[in-house]
Amino acid sequence: MSVYTSRNKMGKKLLIHLLLIAGALVMIAPFVWMVLTSLKSLGESTQVPPVILPTKYQWENYTHIFEMLPFLDFYWNTVITTVAKVIGQVFLCSLAAYAFARIEFPGRNALFILFLTVLMVPGQVFLLPQFMIMKELGWLNTLTALIVPGLFSAFGTFLLRQFFMSLPKELEEAAKLDGCNHFQIYWRIMLPLSKPGLIALAIFVALWSWNDLMWPLIVNSTPDKMPLSAGLAYLTGEHTNLTNYPILMAGSVLAIWPMIIVFIFLQKHFVEGITLTGSK
Amino acid sequence: MNAMSSQLQPEMHAAVQPKTNKSLNRMKRSDWFWAYLMIAPTLIGLGVFYLWPIVQTIYLSFTKWGGFGKYKWAGLHNYELLLKDPNLWIALKNTLIYTVIAVPVGIAISIFIAVLLNQKIKGISIYRTLYFLPVVTMAAAVAMVWRWLYNADYGLINYLLGSIGIEGPRWISDPAIALYAVIIVAVWSSIGYNMVIFLAGLQGIPRSYYEAAEIDGAGPVRMFFKITLPLLTPSIFFVSITSLIGAFQVFDLIYLMLGSKMGNPATEQTQTMAYLFFTNGFESGNGGYAAAVAVVLLVMILIVTAIQMKLQKKWVHYD
Repeated sequence: MSVYTSRNKMGKKLLIHLLLIAGALVMIAPFVWMVLTSLKSLGESTQVPPVILPTKYQWENYTHIFEMLPFLDFYWNTVITTVAKVIGQVFLCSLAAYAFARIEFPGRNALFILFLTVLMVPGQVFLLPQFMIMKELGWLNTLTALIVPGLFSAFGTFLLRQFFMSLPKELEEAAKLDGCNHFQIYWRIMLPLSKPGLIALAIFVALWSWNDLMWPLIVNSTPDKMPLSAGLAYLTGEHTNLTNYPILMAGSVLAIWPMIIVFIFLQKHFVEGITLTGSK
Repeated sequence: MNAMSSQLQPEMHAAVQPKTNKSLNRMKRSDWFWAYLMIAPTLIGLGVFYLWPIVQTIYLSFTKWGGFGKYKWAGLHNYELLLKDPNLWIALKNTLIYTVIAVPVGIAISIFIAVLLNQKIKGISIYRTLYFLPVVTMAAAVAMVWRWLYNADYGLINYLLGSIGIEGPRWISDPAIALYAVIIVAVWSSIGYNMVIFLAGLQGIPRSYYEAAEIDGAGPVRMFFKITLPLLTPSIFFVSITSLIGAFQVFDLIYLMLGSKMGNPATEQTQTMAYLFFTNGFESGNGGYAAAVAVVLLVMILIVTAIQMKLQKKWVHYD
């Protein structure tokens, strides 16, 4: 009996692994293909039947993309935008979230409902007026346009409020008796205790900022002010007529690796962040 | 702490009321001062860039746009045009098809994988990483590699299909197929995210339930339907709300995989609501019309979310 069940269990585990591996292959095959194609020559990339491994690795595809396009600018724009949004949003959202979670004040519920409204409304509803504001301010085709609207977030405030509410009340009582004001309590006690929540938000903001497409497409149409996402879209669009797939794939690999590295290293925090948003 | 003491203390210290009251009021005011100060930056930002634009868009949907960014009041004109526009019906149909297929299929596959990963097996974090890769990858790169894989002439997919004797379709240029080709990619790229939420939900289910069921002689399938699925309904509810809202707004993949209306015969037949909004608002300078599309999209999302909230009482189990 016990031999039977343990063999049965092993068989079950093997089956699970086989299913998971099959699924994982489907998940990563496009990435493998991306990397392999990025190292092929143009001829090899369109050969029938397809060549799996390049006969001669064309590393120069990775330098060509910098010669053909302001790819360094794309990078710079993406990095600056992402860093600014992460720092701005984590700071501003945590400030507002602290007040919502920890201070009682007149109008708290009404203001919070306003925040929730922003959460509920689809992005397309904001875009046209946002574009008009950017135009009015003369911010089109500047990094400011990419950054400023992204500094404020109802989602971030909501996420961190959930987090702050889960912390025990006794913490701030002691600080209050010592004469700390709310900013000091927030800065010295709450923030250090909320690292998991802050990191989770930072990762979300970084990911969305890095990959965001529609907004950059709308506000920045000159190539040297585009981030990577819009730059890659531009590459395949009508403007360039580029059909050199190996070089396109090299560009894609260059655009995605930083977020993949961030994800691999901060996997635990990613999972925590998603759990945090999904559990409440 | 503050609220409590301010309620209790006036009665307790009736004798010294004047002085205490003053200092309490001062404390309360200082609380309020800090609260408003801390909320102000985000509130102002959201007000200018998000709340006011909601009002603006609704207003703009009743205007007609001319050259040089000029617009004037036009009443229901845009909505009348919208009802007559064949593109609206194509976009509505596609958005609904996309939602009805991508959301449930995505949820079902993610639950299946999450259940597999919830067993005691080795390498969970490796699997999780691999399944999550598409989530962290930008749509522009994802779309590009899939376009290449889908290529009818030298794409890998049709080659593989051909090698087992199936003639692959023209995935992204055949109007009858293109939407489904996009849905496959959308599901592929959403699995990792949903899976993590389901995995967290599964880990909240006490082991003892399964042990009890095992003693009663329940098999794995029965356990899944009698224990796992009911207790997972809060996660399923959350994922279905967020993915529905996301599906209604699908844009990136459609725009990137199909390209402009000029180049690809499938694009017009595959456009969605968000695509219709984008082309009108930012490519043909038809702002009032685009605003009307956005308002329709908003109303659709509100209705569907409200229905889901109502229905949840019937199928979501909180314990």
